[in-house]
Amino acid sequence: MKLREVAELVGAGFLTGEELADREVSAAFAADLLSDVLAMVREEGVLLITGTVTAQVVRVAEVMNLAGVLFVRGKLPAKSTVDYAAAAGIPLLATPRTMYEACGVLYTHGLPGAKRKPLPYEHDQPSSPPP
Amino acid sequence: MTSPAPLRHREIFPVVGLDLERAGQVSTEVQRVLRRLGVEPEVVRRAGIVCFEGEMNIVLYTPGGRIILLVYDDRVELIFSDQGPGIPDVELARQPGYSTAPDWARELGFGSGMGIPNMEANSDRLEIRSRLGEGTVIRATFWRRRDEAQRGGGEAGP
Repeated sequence: MKLREVAELVGAGFLTGEELADREVSAAFAADLLSDVLAMVREEGVLLITGTVTAQVVRVAEVMNLAGVLFVRGKLPAKSTVDYAAAAGIPLLATPRTMYEACGVLYTHGLPGAKRKPLPYEHDQPSSPPP
Repeated sequence: MTSPAPLRHREIFPVVGLDLERAGQVSTEVQRVLRRLGVEPEVVRRAGIVCFEGEMNIVLYTPGGRIILLVYDDRVELIFSDQGPGIPDVELARQPGYSTAPDWARELGFGSGMGIPNMEANSDRLEIRSRLGEGTVIRATFWRRRDEAQRGGGEAGP
């Protein structure tokens, strides 16, 4: 699904990155806890749906090579954050919809959930040792 | 140990404690440097995630510190050092969900007790040395497996 379709489906506007509206989104992950995004998202090209509007959201998106960020519940990041995202090439969208609604609409229209990385205690075995 | 691989790049990044506006800056810069040096994308990604977690720990819990990036032919190392309060129980801190974070850190979306476990999950080796009242040093090692396909969880042979 393209970012443009995401925006249309949830009634979102682009805060920045509209020139990247044709970028393809492979899957989505929704969380307010950035720790969970860092620990659980394993793919690249994922859309992050969040109600957290701190500058760190964009840093996380950059570090994890996410396709873009959709802010929900009508919350908007500070201008400095939007400016940083523009420079970093991270599209930011915002919708007045709640997270539950936004996720529901996108999921219904075929945007799958990002595969979640198992937490360390979910592994049967400890991670493989270095060579 | 095998014969030492030559050091290709060394860079020191200062981290200012409690500076939330800039928190994360070092991690994105480290990724840029690694990409420029031609380090494998899989290592760049893991190092970026580990660096971000380590950087946030320094920003949220200490007056400041630094991150040293070392790039060798066979590995990348990130060394985080700070003059913070230290970790009272390192083994406990390695457990997912254990957290001493204040509410304001949680409100920023951090402090769920996943930081150190996630640093462990994304590095090949994580060494933690901490002294109460003096500070903490964490060394994360990432092996560069240039010849192998990037199979997650594959066994590393001798």
